[in-house]
Amino acid sequence: MGILSIEDLSINFGGLVAVDHVSFEVKRGEILSIIGPNGSGKTTIFNLISGIYKPTTGKILFKDKLINGMKPHTVAFMGIARTFQNVRPFKQMTVLENVLVGHHPKVKSLFIDDLFHTSKQRKEEVMIREQAIKLLDLFHLKQYIDEKAENLPYGDQRRLEIVRALASEPEIMLLDEPAAGMNPQETEDLIRLIGQIKDLGITIVLVEHDMKVVMDISQRIIVLDYGKKIAEGVPEEIRKNERVIEAYLGKD
Amino acid sequence: MKQKFKSAKTFLIAASLIIAFVIPLITENEYYLHTLIISGIYILLVLGLNLILGYAGQLSLGHAAFYGIGAYTSALLMMKLHFSFWLALPIGGIAAGIAGLMLGFPALRLKGPYLVICTIAFGEIAHQIFMNWESLTRGPMGIPGVPSPGEFSIGSFVIDFSEKQVYYYLVFIIVIIALLLNYFLVRSKTGRAFVAIREDQTAAEVIGVNLTFYKLTAFLSGTFLAGIAGSLYAHYIGFISPESFTLGESINILVMVIVGGMGTIIGPIFGAVGLTFLLELMRAFADYRMVIYGLILMILIVVLPEGTMGGIDILRRNLKKPQKI
Repeated sequence: MGILSIEDLSINFGGLVAVDHVSFEVKRGEILSIIGPNGSGKTTIFNLISGIYKPTTGKILFKDKLINGMKPHTVAFMGIARTFQNVRPFKQMTVLENVLVGHHPKVKSLFIDDLFHTSKQRKEEVMIREQAIKLLDLFHLKQYIDEKAENLPYGDQRRLEIVRALASEPEIMLLDEPAAGMNPQETEDLIRLIGQIKDLGITIVLVEHDMKVVMDISQRIIVLDYGKKIAEGVPEEIRKNERVIEAYLGKD
Repeated sequence: MKQKFKSAKTFLIAASLIIAFVIPLITENEYYLHTLIISGIYILLVLGLNLILGYAGQLSLGHAAFYGIGAYTSALLMMKLHFSFWLALPIGGIAAGIAGLMLGFPALRLKGPYLVICTIAFGEIAHQIFMNWESLTRGPMGIPGVPSPGEFSIGSFVIDFSEKQVYYYLVFIIVIIALLLNYFLVRSKTGRAFVAIREDQTAAEVIGVNLTFYKLTAFLSGTFLAGIAGSLYAHYIGFISPESFTLGESINILVMVIVGGMGTIIGPIFGAVGLTFLLELMRAFADYRMVIYGLILMILIVVLPEGTMGGIDILRRNLKKPQKI
């Protein structure tokens, strides 16, 4: 049984069917990539899983629990984290604060604890600070710790966003085009970073255009075109699949 | 370098606390004391709006409504139901907080200019209620003779809150408590959730920040402070009328937040005290007072787009740079 199963998922925006009866399963511990031409519904699937959109039909099961219709913050609390296509760190916050916000679902202190600075709140704060610094160290961002996120180079902002998502200790991470806009060096670093995340035992679903990244690191690939799933398989199969080549290059 | 700034900051805070504490002991001038008390009340108002706008990023132009709700609730409780001031004060805050929650609900769905319009409308509704519920509020005539908190005696030692010095210390203590709690709050999980919502609502939500809960929390805490400020104002001035709680007043509070520096702790103090005193100094210009005040505000916003605190930050960064290279 997979950690995440998508069953017969569809969503319509007015007359447009953005995702059209898609089913697939994500196995625990794997890296699964979703590819397809622009507008094929990849990011929409992420938005459906993370609760930003509600599906028109179909089911999303996370660890056998139905999660469609849940609010995004509830989905996050359950252990699904994601990043965005356009980099979205909290720009005015420092790097450390960004990662501290990422810890949000794990922090148990109540509003009253926060307001009166109770010992429970102080202890927890010390703990998550240590954890955040450890994470920043692990992912080579420690030198920026007190810098505002907006002052970081582009590649590091992406990395920060991933670390922020990791801070909630998710079981599954949805990465939306993490390599977009990166130079070859940054892309190399990213591939290593994704490997590190996988080694932490976190399942990864990747939406990506950079075929080098996709072919290098995915165990399995799903191909979408006009909202429909047109292929599924290991990288070698996908590389040779006629329908995939057609979708990307067009028919003669 | 950082250490130096930290100790300089501690020194400045300690120094201003001591100055604020001894002022009433060295001056007998009622006018100074009056201006300081009003500044203190504005600090509470600005701190409240700063939580809602500066931290949680929800632009509200209805803040004066909660100021008014606190003032009327507290004054009427004491005058009609003979509550003690010490009970009327927190209830004034709570009443404003509940009204704040009511405004918070539309804020869950509205953004930007739509939210602003909604908050203006809310402020207008409150103003109309103060104006027209004559059996309770006496309408435009206002309520004269709001009692002062009265006397407090410990043995033969009597503290009389109708004295300006004593009232000054009351406001002083409440401001210190508010600042301290505010400081704790913004540096906690709650404060970070506020800022996350301000910076990027969707990203915050996906990280696990419950938008409903934290937006309402911001409105509740911010408007509670406004209610407390209203109560302190009513029992100090002794007269309240709808005129004090208009859109103009909301804008005034907003300007203080912006000039002081949104999303900082010290900013609101600068904004509230600075602008209150500036307005008083402008009295020398008689009829031209508001014109010159307006001009100064325009210049301030152009020169210091991030407010006084933002300006200090920029200055600090520029001072730091040459040392790094």
